[in-house]
Amino acid sequence: MAKQTEKPIFSLQNVTKDFAGYKALNDVSLEVYPGQVLCLLGDNGAGKSTLIKVLSGFHRPTSGTVQWEGEDVDFRSPKDANDRGVATVHQFGGTFPLMSIGRSFFVGLEPTKGWGPFKRFDKKYANETAVREMQALGITRVTDGERLIGSLSGGERQASAIARAVHFGAKVLILDEPTAALGVKEATHVLRIIMQAKHKGIAVILVTHNVSHALTVGDHFAVLIRGEKADDFKKGERTREQITDLMAGGEAMAELEAELSTLTGVINKIH
Amino acid sequence: MAAQKQIFDVRSLLRRPEFGAFVSALFVFIFFAIFGGAEFLGPGGLSSSLNIAAELGLIALPVALVMIAGDLDLSVGSTMMASAVVMALLSGTYGLPTIVGVLGALAVGVVAGFLNGIITTKTNLPSFVVTLAISFATSGLAFGVIRLLTGTLQADVTPEPWLKDTLGTLFFNNWEGAIGLFILVAAIVSWILYKTKYGNWIYAIGGDVISAKATGIPVDRVRIALFIGSGIGSALLGIVQTAMYNSAQVGAGSSFVFNSIIAVVIGGVLLTGGYGSPVGVVLGCLTFAIVGQGIYYTGWESDWALLFIGTLLLAAVLSNNTFRRLALGGGRKKKEAK
Repeated sequence: MAKQTEKPIFSLQNVTKDFAGYKALNDVSLEVYPGQVLCLLGDNGAGKSTLIKVLSGFHRPTSGTVQWEGEDVDFRSPKDANDRGVATVHQFGGTFPLMSIGRSFFVGLEPTKGWGPFKRFDKKYANETAVREMQALGITRVTDGERLIGSLSGGERQASAIARAVHFGAKVLILDEPTAALGVKEATHVLRIIMQAKHKGIAVILVTHNVSHALTVGDHFAVLIRGEKADDFKKGERTREQITDLMAGGEAMAELEAELSTLTGVINKIH
Repeated sequence: MAAQKQIFDVRSLLRRPEFGAFVSALFVFIFFAIFGGAEFLGPGGLSSSLNIAAELGLIALPVALVMIAGDLDLSVGSTMMASAVVMALLSGTYGLPTIVGVLGALAVGVVAGFLNGIITTKTNLPSFVVTLAISFATSGLAFGVIRLLTGTLQADVTPEPWLKDTLGTLFFNNWEGAIGLFILVAAIVSWILYKTKYGNWIYAIGGDVISAKATGIPVDRVRIALFIGSGIGSALLGIVQTAMYNSAQVGAGSSFVFNSIIAVVIGGVLLTGGYGSPVGVVLGCLTFAIVGQGIYYTGWESDWALLFIGTLLLAAVLSNNTFRRLALGGGRKKKEAK
């Protein structure tokens, strides 16, 4: 089983992010534990993207603190976050569709051999490592590191990006809507890879719209509504319906249902 | 392993970025071999094509790196002209040693490239606009200075033998020294792109600049360095032409702006960046030169060459898109349970 440590590896305390008077995040506190999956839920515009951008160093909070292993940190760039062990994977996974698997796997951290002016990119090692790491995550169809990222399926691209993060020792893995663009089978595979990462002791932050996917892999859940944390609960503490209601803003959903029933009522009368 | 694949796997050959350029170079060569006859295939014909390709390549190869990284450089013509002017002024008008003129010309290339790079990266303006502005400014400055100092738009120079006998002469009455320089530049550019980590950075920056930045690549410094590279390439051509003709060619630059882009695109580099190869660009330069020179050997009016180049460029852009789709198709189309 996953290592359940008591101490959070990464946390936010009362973080507010202000964009020219608009509070994209308002007083949000959050804790991320190693070996657990934290699901970040919320409607479009609820502040999920801003939150992960704060976590991954793209934005600095207007107020509040970010803590890494219990000490205050100030990420000035994505590289700062990266250096600590925060890896972010975006919706479409590998972001360099026209680069080979081996090359894109090592972008920014290229292995080299030789010395001085003859120091060169170790393509063989890069290709072999990338393929091996992807196969370790169950992507067995990929055998050639020379293939272009763009020729992979959506799930395979996600896998290549996650494999890269795992290979370089990420401690916190942020996945932004990894299953949104995928079919059912591919999404299942990505969820399985998320479980693998979790069992390696990596803290996973999963941003998603899909309540089923969240319930399948999540240990901990946080719901954002209009920049504020509306709810925060552990696995099993809420039902699927409660979560769906929360995500859609609760009352709004009930109202919509009422409205829909009057509409269908009218249709029934016509018939 | 790689060699085996190239021999046996035709599909992987098809997917290479230089494949389209290879086809077009082969096509125009055969075309003009047929219509241009023996004279086109003789040393006079072949050398004239290769000389033009070599001169163009000095600029097109470093410009290809700029374009793979997602930028454009429209200032190459002015930079070339300005560096020729500086070389002729220093070594000709002021009678300084040739080496001083050569270094001065290279310095012009470095400064122009640096300005392009620093302004593009610091202002986040499109490089298209920045390099266009720098192009006009450089031309104006060069014209102004040469007229101020010599009273004409002409500056003559007699290069010392070490330069005249290498880059300023025709070997065996046909072959320009620039061909050797072209091979050297092609080797350096290929080494950088294929064999160093900087090559990987260039592809990544052209592919997705935000993600590239997030992985810690010093994006701004790389882009500035690439602009300096195309500035140096332009200066090299300025030096070669000054050495050839014993004077600064004040009106010569502008055609190289579009010609370099045409050669790069025919060479398989995507206009959007992120994809391309130096081998393709070498073939693109050859294609361009063969069309331009081959037309003389057919006995037709040379105007038709422009029609040829235009059609070829359009065909290249269209086929680049097709080849990119092929490349993204992965090649092996196994029937898979979906």
